[in-house]
Amino acid sequence: MKNRLKVLRAERDWTQARLAEELDVSRQTINAIEKGKFDPSLPLAFRAARLFEMKIEDIFDDEAKN
Amino acid sequence: MNNAKTATGGISARTARNTRRLAYWTAAWLVTMALASFGPTLLWDQTLWLTVGAIVLNLAVGAGMIVANKRHLQGLDEMHQKIQLEAMALSLGVGLIAGLAYSNLDANNVIASDAEISHLVILMGLTYLAGIYRGHRQYR
Repeated sequence: MKNRLKVLRAERDWTQARLAEELDVSRQTINAIEKGKFDPSLPLAFRAARLFEMKIEDIFDDEAKN
Repeated sequence: MNNAKTATGGISARTARNTRRLAYWTAAWLVTMALASFGPTLLWDQTLWLTVGAIVLNLAVGAGMIVANKRHLQGLDEMHQKIQLEAMALSLGVGLIAGLAYSNLDANNVIASDAEISHLVILMGLTYLAGIYRGHRQYR
C-alpha cells in the first residue's frame, strides 16, 4: 500500500522517531510503513489521519483499486 | 481509541519495562527449574514432599512467566506483534513436525539414543530466533 507518511512527515520536519512517538509505535514500524513493506491496521491508520488532520484515503492509497 | 501512550508512557519505555519484567520472570523460572531438576539429588536426598514442592513452585513461577510474556506481547506495536506471531508459528510448526518425527525415530529404534525433550526445546528456541531474525529483515 502506498502512502504519503514520508511527505507529511517531511513537511513538518519530523523524524521517523518523532512520528513513531506521536503514533505510539516503534521507529522501525514507521520505516516499514513508509517503504510499503508493512500495511498499518485500521486503528493505526485512523490515528495517523487524526494526527495529520486528513482523511485516511488522503494518506493511504490502496494500489489494488487502480 | 488508544490510551496506552498516555497511561503507560511511550512505546519504548513500555517495551523496556515489559522486557525487564519478562527477563526477571524467566530468570526466576530457570532457577526454580534448576531447583526441581537438581534439588532431589543434590540438596534434599529425594525427600518426596520437597521434590513435589519444588515442582509446584516451578509451575507457579512458570505461570507468572506466561503472564509476563503475554503482557510483553500486548505492549508491542502491531508490526512487532506480527513478527512475534510468525516466529512463534514457525517454532510451533517445526517443533510439532520435527518432534513427532524424532519420537518415531526413537520408538522404532532407528536412532541409537533416546529422544530427549531438551533437544526439542533447543530446536524450537533456535527456530524461534531464526523466525525473529527473518521477520526483522523482512520489514527492514
